[in-house]
Parts: sequence; C-alpha cells; structure tokens
Amino acid sequence: MFTWPNLLSQLFNGLALGALLALISSGLTIIYGTLGVLNLAHGAMFMLGGYAGYVAYQATDSFIVAVLAGTLFLLVVGVVIERLIIRHFYDRPHEDQLLVTFGLSICFVEIVRFFFSSLSVNVPAPAIFSGITQLGVMAYPTYRLAVVGIVAVALLALYLMLYRTRLGMIVRAGIEDPVMVDSLGINVFRVFMVVFGIGSMAAGFAGIVNAPVVSLTPDVGEAILVQTFVVVVIGGVGSFPGAVLGGLIAGEIISITSMINPGYAYVMLFAAMTLVLLVRPHGLLGTRGRE
Amino acid sequence: MKKGSSTSRRTFLQAVATGAVSSGIAASGLVGRSSWAKEYPPIGTYPAGSSGNSVFIGISVPRTGTYAVQGEDELKGYQLAVEHINAGHPLIKAISPKSGKGVLGKEVKYGVADSAAKPNTAVQAQQRFITENKAVLMTGSTSSAVAVALNKLAQREKVLYAAGISGSNDTTGKDCVRYGVRQCFYGQTAAAAIGPLVVKTFGKGKKAAYLTPDYTYGHTVTKSMEDYLKTAGWTTATNQVAPLGAPDYSSYLLNIANSGADVLLNVNWGHDAVLSTQQAKQFGIFDKMKLVVPYQTPFLAREAGGGLLSGVYAATDFWWTLQDKYPLAKMFVEAFDAKYGYKPEWGANNAYMEFALWADAVERAGTFYPPDVIKVYEDGHKIQSTVGEVYFRAADHQLVRPVIIVRGKKPADMKNKEDFYDVVEVVPGEPLMQKPDAFGCKLGDYT
Repeated sequence: MFTWPNLLSQLFNGLALGALLALISSGLTIIYGTLGVLNLAHGAMFMLGGYAGYVAYQATDSFIVAVLAGTLFLLVVGVVIERLIIRHFYDRPHEDQLLVTFGLSICFVEIVRFFFSSLSVNVPAPAIFSGITQLGVMAYPTYRLAVVGIVAVALLALYLMLYRTRLGMIVRAGIEDPVMVDSLGINVFRVFMVVFGIGSMAAGFAGIVNAPVVSLTPDVGEAILVQTFVVVVIGGVGSFPGAVLGGLIAGEIISITSMINPGYAYVMLFAAMTLVLLVRPHGLLGTRGRE
Repeated sequence: MKKGSSTSRRTFLQAVATGAVSSGIAASGLVGRSSWAKEYPPIGTYPAGSSGNSVFIGISVPRTGTYAVQGEDELKGYQLAVEHINAGHPLIKAISPKSGKGVLGKEVKYGVADSAAKPNTAVQAQQRFITENKAVLMTGSTSSAVAVALNKLAQREKVLYAAGISGSNDTTGKDCVRYGVRQCFYGQTAAAAIGPLVVKTFGKGKKAAYLTPDYTYGHTVTKSMEDYLKTAGWTTATNQVAPLGAPDYSSYLLNIANSGADVLLNVNWGHDAVLSTQQAKQFGIFDKMKLVVPYQTPFLAREAGGGLLSGVYAATDFWWTLQDKYPLAKMFVEAFDAKYGYKPEWGANNAYMEFALWADAVERAGTFYPPDVIKVYEDGHKIQSTVGEVYFRAADHQLVRPVIIVRGKKPADMKNKEDFYDVVEVVPGEPLMQKPDAFGCKLGDYT
C-alpha cells in the first residue's frame, strides 16, 4: 500500500527494527567471530534477559533496575555456561557445538516455562517513554523511538570496547588469528570467557530493552534467533560492523516489503540472504576464510 | 443317502437353533455388540486397538510456540474428559446416554505429543501413536494446518480423527475426509454470526483492515468476513498477511494506521493475537479505528491486559458464563474449575466435547469398527451439549452448533478476575452454515 506518508513511516520503522536486530546479532557474531561457536542458545538468552528483567521489575517497579538485572544476569549466565559447558566444546566439531547450544536453549526455555507457564507477561515502558509521538506525517510509539537511541548508545559502547580497548584488540586479534594470540602468551581461555559473557550480556540487554515492545513468552527468542542468523549471514559472520549493517538492511527489507506485499516481508529477508550467499558468501563485511 | 439326509437335517436344525438363540440374545441386548466384532474385517487399527481391556487415544497439541497456551488448555479439557469417561461421570452420561464406565466398558488411555502447531510434527507423532499404541482415535490441533494434515492421515490410515481447535473452512470444506469430524465453529459460521452485529454497530459502507495469519485458517476466516461485509457495502482497505509466530507487527500496523480503515478485524490467533493487539495499541491504532475479533483466542483478554478488549465484539465457541443458560455448561465449568482452579476457555470445552461426542458415537455404534462409528456420526441424531442441542451434518462431518458472540468488559465492570466478557448473543448454528458442498467437501470412502 504505497503512499508517501506510509513510505516515510516504513523507512523509519525499518531503522528502528534494524537497530534492535543489530544489537541482538552483535552478541551472536562477537561470540562466533572469537570462539568459533555458533551459539543456538542466543535466542533463549535474549528471552532470559527479558524474564530476569521482568522479575526485577515486579520486585522494584523500576525499569532501570530491570534493565540492569536483565543485563547482569545474562553476563553471569554467560560466564557460568562458558566455564561449565562451552569451554569443553571449543575443540569439538561444529555439530557438537550446535547440539550442545541447542540443548541449552531447550533447557532455558523449558525452565522458564516451568516457573512462568506459557502465558505472556508484560514489562511496561517507563512512564516518560509511554504514549505516542507525532513525527510529521506519522505517529510512532515513543518507547520505540527511545529504543533506537538506547540501542545506538549500546552499539557505540560495544564498538568502543571492541575497537578502543586492549581487550577489544585481543578479541579482534582472536577473530583474525586465535593461534597467534595464544602463542603471544595471552590467556586465551580467560578472554574467551569474557567474550562469551559480553555476547550473552548483549543478548540479555536486548531482551529486556525489547520487553516493553513485545509481550514476553518462553518462546520469544525462537523467532528472533532465526532473524538474527539471517542478519549475521548478510552482514558477514563474525563481523561486528557487519551485524549492524545486516540488522539495518533486514529491518528495512521487512518494512519496505510489507508495504508492497505484507505476505512476502519475511520471505524477502531470506531471499536477500540467499542473494548475499550467492554473490558474496562471506557476507557484506565478513572476511574470507576465517577458519 | 440316509446318512446324508440325517446329517443335513441335523445341520439345518443346528443352524436354525443357533440363529434363533443368537438373534434372541442380540435383540434382548444380553451381550454387547462387541462380541460380533469378529464379523468385521480389519481396518486401520481395528480390531487390534480395541481387543484388550483398554483403548488408546493419540493427542497432539502445541505445548511450545505461538499456540502453547491454547494447547495446554485444550489438553486439560481432554484429560478431564478421559477422567470423566472412565469414571462414568454424570456429565458424560448426559451427553452420551449409553455410556457406562469407559467406552464400551474399556478404559480409555491416552498419549500426548507436542505438535508445536506444526503439521509434520503432529503427523509424525500421530503415526507413532497408530503404529505403537494402535490408537483408535486421534485428536488435537490448534492450527487448521495441523487439522488438515491429520485429516489426510486419518483417511489414509483409516483411524478416526476428531479435529481440535480448527477455524478454517477447509477442515470440513475442501479438505474434509470421511474419517474426520469437527466440533467447533469456523470462519463461515463465525462471519455469519458476528457479521450482522458488526454492521449494526458500525454501519454500512465502512472500510475494514485485516490482520491475517498466513495459512488456511487466516485466509478462510478473512475471506468469510470480507464476503459477508461486502453484502453491507464494506470494502477492504488493507489485508496484512503475516507469518505464524511473527516476532513483531510494527510494519503491518503502520500499513493499517495509514490505510484509512474504520474497523480493524484481527484474525490472528494465539500469542500472535495478543502481541498484535498490544502493538496496535502502542501504535495508536485504536484511536483511529475500532477492533473486532472474528475468531476469538482463549485467554486473549487476560493476556492482552489493560482492558484492551473492553467493548470489543468477538465470536467464540464457549464462554464460561453460559453456565447460567445451560445446565451441562454449569456441570462442565464447575468440574473444570474444581480440578484446575480456573474457569475453562473455549479450547478446553471444545476438547471435552470432542471426546464426549466420540464416546457417544462409539456407544451408539456398539463397536469400535470405524465405518460403523462414522455412520453414527452421520445419522443426524441430536445430542445434548454444553451449548444446547447439537448434531453432526452427514455431508461434511461438521457439528451444527451455535456460535457465541461476546463483548469485552471494562475492567471496572468485571465481577471477578475471570469475568472478561458479556455474552451478547447465542446465535443458532443451522442458519449460519454454508451449503454442504459450497466449500468443495468430498468425504471419501468408508473402507
């Protein structure tokens, strides 16, 4: 349904959707890029962040506490999981890594379902961001506008950490050549643990920031995970800037296609991924032959 | 010759005597017809599935995914029905007057599989129940895609399938089968029931926007609503088709917000209905247009929260306050509430009724032999249900039953925490239904 106001609305909405997808995907791609582990539990961690935040919100009525709780809880979960399980799979085949992270995701989802049932729960947006903002020709939910800003700050923080700190330098070096990093005497295992924790934390943060937009259910991470993989493949597996670019592209594809033919919005996402795989198999900003 | 004629006379007398005695016994009902089971040729899981002391039902409901909440509720309805059937509960006897304990004296057992509302997962699970457990009945679905797939499995395997929740016209329309039956309302009856009220409330010549899930249920319900509203001069401003389990509806809702529609008909179901309704509120859609729910989702008002459904009309299969109107509904609601601690929604009631109707059909047939059971479903006998008198239509195996129109209450008007709706109207079923062949139903063979 093409009209100029609708086009502008959809372009903006694509940006907002893409920003959130970029944030979730960045955690996934950092972990894969550094550790070589494709974390199928990433969607479940996104969900866990939302529920941890929900519990904190119920206890305190504070959205800021909820965001902190969701983020920090997932940092802890990430570190613990890495120490207890993931670490033992670095040298195992990819299939084993997929299976163990897939198993973890099932455990996370079913544990949450056991305690909270499948009935959805809601975390309301903070009062200052509730309601609708009129932006020229379109009305847009104020909280979604805020999310664009929150995500931009979070992505900037991740960027600074990856590109302006010593840890970031080691992580990026690990992405390029983990053997060399190891041989330089750097405790790669500790770095790996921190990286897995940061990647999980990004998922948790995205989960609680996204909570007021969606209603939380134990399955909320499942559909997001699929989109996240598409984003990572489009942007380039293991590339942080690729995740941001891929997220924005995915958001715009969904929004613009829905305007022309809503039934094809998600189909076009996969079509775009297929096209990228055909033309540039390592993704738009990925580096060839990371393995 | 003498010997031969003597033998012949004795054989003749024996045959006459045996015939007289056995027909007398049969006429007097001294033995159940199951003793005649050996006369029937094997078909599907018959007679293996019913030769022991128990019979097995395969249940596949979504316990994960978008329809998980409704699947769990449905399962509770099945479990209560099995408990009541095995105990010879008065409610089962009221629906199935010939029932004693169990079905034809056999205990009912069941297995449960998570279908995740995916057709292939459900078919694999039911195939396993047929092969390993010799299931005599398959049931469960909260997605018509699953119902249609299990219809086909039922016809191929010659094992009865009582569709769970399935709102598509196709389930007893173009994808109907001899071995499938459906209890609940569907797109056509929903549209015919709620349509007049929608036109009366909002007027003629309005513009409608639709949110439609992209599979048989969504397409047929939206089509039925469009067809009905067209007769009152309504036009479709936009039809936003979204995949099952879409994680976000913002882009669809922006199209709707910019469509100039007067009324939003949200055909989404399960968590999709909850999420899309909540997000429609976030996008200010309800400041511009009114909401109508043509095919109500159990727990929608509860999950959407914030009184989002207040004043909203919805078509449904059952609402618990019908207990004030129907004695069997009262029995059901009280038994369910006592066991599970909450008022049942329509998915649970639908599940309970399916099993009760199946027990009734088997008891009346006096055998588990599927063609005979099917013929009882088709004989048009009237059945007392939780929504009054109902019967199955022989031509498409659809239960002829009323559709319930409800209107969401304001939170301030709720008398208790589960008092989400007022029952506005109980619309009689027969006038709502299309002609039996209108949706291309060809039932197929008995054997």
